[in-house]
Amino acid sequence: MIEFENVVKRFGRKEVLSGVSFTVAKGEVVALLGPSGTGKSVLLKHVVGLLAPTSGSVTVAPDAHVGYLFQGGALLAWLTVWENVALPLRETTDLSEAEIARRVDDALAAVELTESADKYPAEISGGMVKRAGLARAVVCQADVVLYDEPTSGLDPVTSATIHRLIKRLNATRGITSVVVTHDVLGALSFADRILMLKDGRVLADAKPADFVKSVVPEVREFIASAKGEDL
Amino acid sequence: MRITREPIYADEPRGVLDAVRRHVVSYLARVGRCVRLAAEALAYAPYVLAHRDSRRTMIAQLYVTGIRTLPVITVVGVFTGMIMGLQVGLALRRFSQEAYLGATVMLTLVREMGPFVTGICLSACVGSAMAAELGTMTVNDEVAALEIMHIPPVRYLVAPRLAALVAMSPLLAFYACVLGVMGGGLVGYTQLNVDFSQYMASAMSMATVKDVYVGLFKATVFGLVIGAVSCHEGFKSTLGAVGVGRATQRSVIVSFLLILTLGYVITRLFYLDFLP
Ligand SMILES: Nc1ncnc2c1ncn2[C@@H]1O[C@H](COP(=O)(O)OP(=O)(O)OP(=O)(O)O)[C@@H](O)[C@H]1O
Ligand SMILES: [Mg+2]
Repeated sequence: MIEFENVVKRFGRKEVLSGVSFTVAKGEVVALLGPSGTGKSVLLKHVVGLLAPTSGSVTVAPDAHVGYLFQGGALLAWLTVWENVALPLRETTDLSEAEIARRVDDALAAVELTESADKYPAEISGGMVKRAGLARAVVCQADVVLYDEPTSGLDPVTSATIHRLIKRLNATRGITSVVVTHDVLGALSFADRILMLKDGRVLADAKPADFVKSVVPEVREFIASAKGEDL
Repeated sequence: MRITREPIYADEPRGVLDAVRRHVVSYLARVGRCVRLAAEALAYAPYVLAHRDSRRTMIAQLYVTGIRTLPVITVVGVFTGMIMGLQVGLALRRFSQEAYLGATVMLTLVREMGPFVTGICLSACVGSAMAAELGTMTVNDEVAALEIMHIPPVRYLVAPRLAALVAMSPLLAFYACVLGVMGGGLVGYTQLNVDFSQYMASAMSMATVKDVYVGLFKATVFGLVIGAVSCHEGFKSTLGAVGVGRATQRSVIVSFLLILTLGYVITRLFYLDFLP
């Protein structure tokens, strides 16, 4: 579904990605871990063509419809939560208002935002903005959804809900997911595969069971510190 | 037209000539993108009129552009007329030609000053806000989000704004001219002993239909320029709040320069035959 081949990305003299290769198969849920500022968001932006690699290649299945949850939510300030989620349906499909309303209500219910549907983005918390962004990313029946830190800034209960939601969307609709997260334990629970990025390179690419057994020092350190914080 | 673009990193220019060449090239490229943005936005005009949500955005923009600017344009229009009335009147009085006050004020306003001051007001009041709004959206990834959702930002954001500016600019310019003529007449009557009805008669006798057309045409072009420049500068914002501030500033500066130069060019085209 998604294939990165030796992708190098430089901004001016600054090299952010230095030879990243991996593939994501159809229907897979991949967690992307890594310290802040290593280029996780940059990597995701390559998938949707917002950034182009300096060298190497990024291939995405041509018929794939990609949804994207931005790190900051990227909701439009002058639309309510409901209207934000309805936006892609209204602007890019010919669905009837009734059908749009049904889908938007479903999407909002899935992220537990039904109560705040009529609020504006400035009136809700950062976590709620994230969830609204998530609803907007999936409302168009995407095949692939890229989540840029869907749970950062959320309480543990809501985070768990989001993880279950990602898993459920994957199970019911077969949505291929790439999830950037700092929540190592969460990633171990919901991901089929874990990628760890550091200093522009893929340090680990393994199933959760193998990931925790990794012998790479940086990976061990990352897991240990995550456990230290979370336990 | 793809809006979300990567910043371009060029290496250091090799010498002054190379630097100048690059400035010229990037300036031309910028003008080209502005023209393209305006052309694409205009091509979406039928879509904007046909779709409820875009129409609503456009109506909101018409309100912002045409109604909320009225107080400023009123003051600017009246005082432009008053200043011109006074200066021209004083000059005319030295030759005892105050009878021509109305005609002079009218012609200058309709042909030049009306569209000009309207353009300046719109750029400062509306264009700057547009650049800041679109700039904030750009740095918050909202424009990128639209593109990923296959909603063209030109259609969704630029077209309704540009349409509102193009529609409102000539109307406001007309309004500014009317107020300006009144202001000039007021000064003539109170300070220079010019009878108001004589002033008006002189004003109406000189202005031709062509003057009005050219003035309105000029105002329309200014509306288009302000909209295209402001949206374009907004979309080019990078680097967070600083970038948005810079984009806002640039939108006003570039609009001012274009209003001035295009104002001259249009006058030259319509009022002076090409051969000596
Ligand atoms: N458009 C850009 N121009 C220049 N540099 C950029 C650009 N986008 C990202 N960078 C740089 O790339 C590096 C990686 O950024 P990125 O946002 O991908 O980090 P991240 O891994 O997502 O971090 P976080 O976990 O904090 O979100 C940063 O050092 C950043 O300064
Ligand atoms: Mg990031």
